[in-house]
Amino acid sequence: MSAALRLTRAAPAGGGGAWLLALPVVTFIVVFLAWPVATVLYTAFADGQGGFTTGHIGAFLSISLMREAFVNSVIVAIGSVALATLIAVPLAYLTARFEFRGAALVQTLGVLPLVMPPFVGAVALQLLFGRNGSINLLLGDAFGIRIPFMEGLNGVMFVEGLHYFPFILLNLVAALGNIDGAMEEAAQNLGSHGFRLFRRVVFPLAAPGFVAGAALVFVKVFDDLGTPLVLNVTNMLAPQAYLRITSVGIEDPIGYVIALVMVVFSIAALALSAQITKGRDYATLTRGGTALRKRPLTGWNAMLAYGWVLLVLALVLSPHLGLLLLSLAKVWSFSVLPDGYTLQHFALVLTDSSRMIGNTLLYCTLAAGIDVVLGTAIAYLLLRTRLPGRQWLDWGASAALAIPGIVLAIGFLRAFRGLELPLIGGALTASWIAIMLAYAVRRLPYAVRSCVAALQQVHVSLEEAAQNLGANRRRTARRVVIPLMMGGILAGFVTSFITAAVELSATILLATTESQAPLSYGIYLYNQSIATRGPAAALGVIAIVIVALGTYLSHLLLEARAGGAKFAVDTE
Amino acid sequence: MTRRSGPATRPTVAPFAFAALVTALLAMPAAAETVTVITSFPKELTAAYKKAFEAKYPNDKLEILNKNTAAGIAFVREQPAGSRPEIFWASAPDAFEVLASSKLLQKTDAQNPAVPAKIGNYPINDPEGFYLGQALAGYGIMWNTRYLAANKLPEPKEWADLANPVYHGHVAISSPSRSGTTHLTVETILQGEGWPKGWGQLLAIAGNCAVITERSFGVPDGVASGQFGVGLVIDFFGLAAKNSGLPVEFIYPSVTSIVPANIALVAGSKAPEAGKRFIQYTLSDEGQALLLDKQISRLPVLPATYAKAPAGYPNPYSGKIQAKVNFDSNLSESRYYVVVALFDQLVTFRHKELVAATKAIQDAQKRLGARTSRELDEARRLAFAPPVDEKQAADPALLAAFRADKKDADASKRRAQVEEEWASKAKANYAKATELANAVK
Repeated sequence: MSAALRLTRAAPAGGGGAWLLALPVVTFIVVFLAWPVATVLYTAFADGQGGFTTGHIGAFLSISLMREAFVNSVIVAIGSVALATLIAVPLAYLTARFEFRGAALVQTLGVLPLVMPPFVGAVALQLLFGRNGSINLLLGDAFGIRIPFMEGLNGVMFVEGLHYFPFILLNLVAALGNIDGAMEEAAQNLGSHGFRLFRRVVFPLAAPGFVAGAALVFVKVFDDLGTPLVLNVTNMLAPQAYLRITSVGIEDPIGYVIALVMVVFSIAALALSAQITKGRDYATLTRGGTALRKRPLTGWNAMLAYGWVLLVLALVLSPHLGLLLLSLAKVWSFSVLPDGYTLQHFALVLTDSSRMIGNTLLYCTLAAGIDVVLGTAIAYLLLRTRLPGRQWLDWGASAALAIPGIVLAIGFLRAFRGLELPLIGGALTASWIAIMLAYAVRRLPYAVRSCVAALQQVHVSLEEAAQNLGANRRRTARRVVIPLMMGGILAGFVTSFITAAVELSATILLATTESQAPLSYGIYLYNQSIATRGPAAALGVIAIVIVALGTYLSHLLLEARAGGAKFAVDTE
Repeated sequence: MTRRSGPATRPTVAPFAFAALVTALLAMPAAAETVTVITSFPKELTAAYKKAFEAKYPNDKLEILNKNTAAGIAFVREQPAGSRPEIFWASAPDAFEVLASSKLLQKTDAQNPAVPAKIGNYPINDPEGFYLGQALAGYGIMWNTRYLAANKLPEPKEWADLANPVYHGHVAISSPSRSGTTHLTVETILQGEGWPKGWGQLLAIAGNCAVITERSFGVPDGVASGQFGVGLVIDFFGLAAKNSGLPVEFIYPSVTSIVPANIALVAGSKAPEAGKRFIQYTLSDEGQALLLDKQISRLPVLPATYAKAPAGYPNPYSGKIQAKVNFDSNLSESRYYVVVALFDQLVTFRHKELVAATKAIQDAQKRLGARTSRELDEARRLAFAPPVDEKQAADPALLAAFRADKKDADASKRRAQVEEEWASKAKANYAKATELANAVK
């Protein structure tokens, strides 16, 4: 693309500053990820007498069920990426590159599926798309047919695709916003239109965002436990690991061999995605915002575009509708709609669990804050320095994606056993700080991906210009690099925040008192009995509203920043 | 937890409240005794106990921590002695066995002498005194009345009814490896019907199932919302759903067993005396009466409490619920791992194939009408007979491979081999059975 713009990258070597920046990052990853996980994963190689063995790996390979589970997991991950792409790409392209009414609304609504807590989401989806959900009851009455949306591997792909497409959407919108409008203009002047313009110019330029999002979806689906479990699909790797660890026992080595396989495979997938975008230059000199950035939609095109977007939104928001209905329902059983409506579930959770809402806001803000600080540092070290082994920082942080929450939580309990907190007193593992740190570790990969993608699109010559004008590296980073990355950083913050808000597997083990438990725990708790399914849904609705507001605010902030950033570029 | 849950470490919404935090720390009042309870029981039950207990003992505070059983065990185990929770309260007896064998439970003399020693043949309290029965639970069949009416299905009465072809695709059960209570039902059927017949019945029922749910709660939840018609559930799920106004019914079949849900004092806790007080409270007249609440609907262990129950409340001491099976808990425990692994390999992980074979057999029988066919009998034998007989399942070498230290690489390899054998045999048998049944004219 931009051969003419391509300059030799004058990346500074790993000087003292780089080491100083790397130190806290490495410390965090080692202390809160590598070490705790190692205290658990060593079981995969322990022979019971304190020695080392690879016998468990052999045992794993000899089980045909495990080989089948591995293949199924790969198939589901690929299928989900395909479905997520189908949903996300049109939404992102139409709203980011055209004058699309309600673009902010669409982009906000498009993020909502991520905050569907797995337990509640599945209940809501079952009520709508399940064997006897509203859709199938209607279809059965009208045509006598039933569509198995929610059954088998296809069901997993359906739910995962609906659930995780926002990863692609978020990253792609940020990437599209960063493309220099002049590129599109040039292509249009040369006669490129419509799909060809998209395929040959726009999409390739936004590829880092897409690949970052798609890689996240792949790894996330590959490691996802909640969805297969609620759909009762067990022939996949993550459920097998979970089932073995929780039913055979926490010491079962095969379970940890599976966890190990997932870690290795996930890191390999991420490394592959890095390889795809490596060796190409996506940076453009000016940021988006030139005159032609948003093109108008007219006539049939507009009708088609709005129609498509509405259709997709209706599909992706259906679980939320189901959840809302459930939260207001008196009794909803084997019928298209509930029998009657009431507000008492909301009244109950607001009097009973308002503290949990505050806790979630606090933990997730802190965790996402830690994540974007570390993510920005990692992106900078990775792309702007020649620090030896810098790639390992990225891989190390991303490895968290592949660590099942229960493994990390047990690792925390083991690694920090007996550690007293300074100042406040009390054990670390018994305080909410452990929950917050676990969130930060588990959601770090999202922030890293977003920050790396954002920095990939910032051309290094902007920094060189700043340095030529006398700014030192720190000042350059603060005044030029970070403002230019802000879109990606915010996207990372939002993704980390909202996914942490519905984290359950580590929460359930680390929550030690109800007064410091977050919202997700409350949803789990209420979902433990039939009588409180309504309150659980009400709490889920509240979680979604909080996240939607947060996303919308950050979107407004992003718009404001985009203007500011452009100004900064123009004046520097 | 006791002092730790004082205002000092409670999170506040504003992250800037550090100063307030320090002030609160300095002004921390003398802490009351706090009893921390790890439980898998739902909120309406624990909330009722918290309210009543704190009203009766104003100096004690009850902190409820709801975790699923596996997470609860891990939590207790990973806490250092001295800061462990006081109480472990859950259904599955095996969870208590695991804790007791790890020396994480403490014997108490908190039992209520008015509680009988046994229900049927099953001891209500742990014979070694580590844990006490606090409520009784029986297994039964729950169905959605609207679902049954819409699909014109008859109401089931016995486990064996569920193997009937009319229920194909309408039933749901959970896996015994996932739920201690489902394991008890499976054992009950195996002990009540005998090993080969019991497995035959279980496999035929599983072949009629729409899903094998991952959590035991998945069954009553699915039945309540109408995703499935009929499910095998623990009694309070069925009774509580019915009492909440959902269109469901529940019955106890004749082959069922009543077993206790337990409560225990954790060793190395902060406030063992207060913990003991809570256990005593849950076993007292007052504590037992709380179980009768509409949304809780559990069976008290204290026979006198049933006098306060509403009309029609099931009473296992009255002989109204017939429990024909004399449950042998030693036998159940000795083959626990073999039974759950066998179920998972034959049913949970091969469910699709089992359902296909079952459907083919049912269709073939329909074609045959009253006639019999040797091929079809052979197909039935292939699909519904367990790959190991009772003697083989009791083989000490096999049991040892499953019970050995999980870290032992040789045992783990042996186990993997056995499971692989079962799995491949099951897969081949289901395929062959389908083929044979489809060939029947």
